Amino acid sequence: MLHTVNKSPFQANALLSCLRVAKKGSAILLIEDGVYGALDGTKATPTVQEAMKNHKVYALAPDLEARGVQDKVLKGVETVDYGGFVDLVAEYDTVQAWL
Amino acid sequence: MKFSIMISEGPYTHQASDSAYLFTKAVLEKGHEIFRVFFYHDGVNNGTRLTTPPQDDRNIVKRWSELAEAHKLDMVVCVAAAQRRGIVDPEEAKRNSKDTDNIAPGFHISGLGQLIEAGIQADRLVVFGD
Repeated sequence: MLHTVNKSPFQANALLSCLRVAKKGSAILLIEDGVYGALDGTKATPTVQEAMKNHKVYALAPDLEARGVQDKVLKGVETVDYGGFVDLVAEYDTVQAWL
Repeated sequence: MKFSIMISEGPYTHQASDSAYLFTKAVLEKGHEIFRVFFYHDGVNNGTRLTTPPQDDRNIVKRWSELAEAHKLDMVVCVAAAQRRGIVDPEEAKRNSKDTDNIAPGFHISGLGQLIEAGIQADRLVVFGD
C-alpha cells in the first residue's frame, strides 16, 4: 500500500496516524504541506527516521521546491516528480490518502 | 492502467485541486487512462463557470475544462454536494426552479454511485482533499 500524507507534522496528526497503522513494507509519500515531514533537523525528524526502518519514504519534489526546502531533505528520503508519483501509485496495489 | 481521481476540496483553498490536476495530467502523459474525475464535498466548487481569477493567476476551473476537452475526461460533480453549494446544470436548474445554471464545460452532475463505479472500474482510486 502507498500512503499519501498532505499535512505538515507540525499542523496535524496525519503523519503520526498513518505511521501508527501502516504495515511494514508499505510506502509513504509526503505531498503538499506533508513535505515538511521530509526535512532534516526538525522535531519530526526522529519519528520519520524511525519510520524509514519499515517504510520507504518519498517526498514530492515540486512541493519541496514550492516551499524552498529542497536542500533540507533528510537522508534516505527519495524525491519524486508527478511522473514518479504516478509510478508509485501504479507500483503499489492500493493508495490511502491521509487528509 | 486505469485511474480514477476524487477531489474533495474547492479551488484556491489549499492545494488539493492543483495537486489533483497535475497528477491527472501526469497520469495521461504516462499513457495511462483516466476512468473518471469525481468532485465531492467542497470539490464541487471546481465546476462553476462563473469564477474570474486574476489574469496572472492560474484559472483552475478553465484548466479542468480544457483538460476534459483535450482528453475526453468524464468529470462528475456529486449532485447532493452540488445542490448544497449552488452548483447547477441546466437540468438541475429546471428541476429545482432556479433562474440559471453555472456548470462549467466538461463537468456534469450525477450521483454518488458514479464514485463507487469509479472505484470498482479503475485499477486505482487516488484521493485529493483537505
